[in-house]
Amino acid sequence: MRILQVIVLLGCAFAFVSLDGIAQGAPNLVHKPAPQFAKPDLNGNLIDLKKYRGKVVLLNFWATWCAPCQVELPRFEAWQGKYGTAGLQVVAVSMDDGDAAVRRTVRRLRLDIPVVMGDATVGNAYGGVLGLPITFLIDRNGIVTEKIKGETNLQQLELRVRALLSR
Amino acid sequence: MRPEIKSKVLVFLVFTGILAGQGAKAQFSNPATGPLSANTVPLAQLMQPTELVKLLKSAGADHPVVFQVGSFVMFQQAHIPNAGFAGPGSQANGSILLKKFSAPLKKGQLIVIYCGCCPWGRCPNIGPAYKELHDLGFTNVKALYLANNFGDDWVSKGYPVERGE
Repeated sequence: MRILQVIVLLGCAFAFVSLDGIAQGAPNLVHKPAPQFAKPDLNGNLIDLKKYRGKVVLLNFWATWCAPCQVELPRFEAWQGKYGTAGLQVVAVSMDDGDAAVRRTVRRLRLDIPVVMGDATVGNAYGGVLGLPITFLIDRNGIVTEKIKGETNLQQLELRVRALLSR
Repeated sequence: MRPEIKSKVLVFLVFTGILAGQGAKAQFSNPATGPLSANTVPLAQLMQPTELVKLLKSAGADHPVVFQVGSFVMFQQAHIPNAGFAGPGSQANGSILLKKFSAPLKKGQLIVIYCGCCPWGRCPNIGPAYKELHDLGFTNVKALYLANNFGDDWVSKGYPVERGE
């Protein structure tokens, strides 16, 4: 009986996840190669995602008007300092409409991580960025291992980043 | 250091500290409790997504005019069919666009505004856009209640969307 309950619950969970993906018409990127993009960061340096192959990439979509994003970014900046030599690369993609407010926020938060301006093409490639924050973890082989929507437990996320780095 | 100079320095430091504190407070003010939080929209003026879906199918007088009052990058990815982009409600350009696009409308026209950039209580755009329309004299303004965001509460539900501009 208990096994039957577990099967039913797993079935419901699977159906929920599948419907979510189908309804959005968006690809489920987990376990698939991360969509590539190359864009200049705010300093004019070209950020080419494929050049980070061999590193663990934390790809964070954010915006200046997103309150939870302002909490996450300084932590991601700190992780870059802490785990950069172990192979972590944080890339922040702003979904703001213009870069003026982004530059102000980057200065205010003292971010050194690469920040690029996102657009609808990049958003659609990543399954639609229609609510922020959204973060993707990408392993050293360029495969998306996780999509994190909304506010997350940063302590637990850090553990998962460390686990990816140790692979 | 002479006592009078010391006290002047102390006053200056305290004053500077207060100003810096006010600046930081403004930058990090919580949209959930701010003066124009989405939570300031009266409950009676909220519209649930299912209700809007029904209205979009109607061709009568209750057919709403819909404005997206969030980011253009998000609008380009997906928006409610025939919705107009009215700019982020929290920004000056948003206010200008909303005034411009609402100007030809009758004051009693049903207008539905939505954003969905962030969880409802964190949205910086809905509250200012609602107030703007209210102040312009519109009497039938509803705010689409998207609890989490547009992706989760509209697109994922399979409700109709358009892409592009």
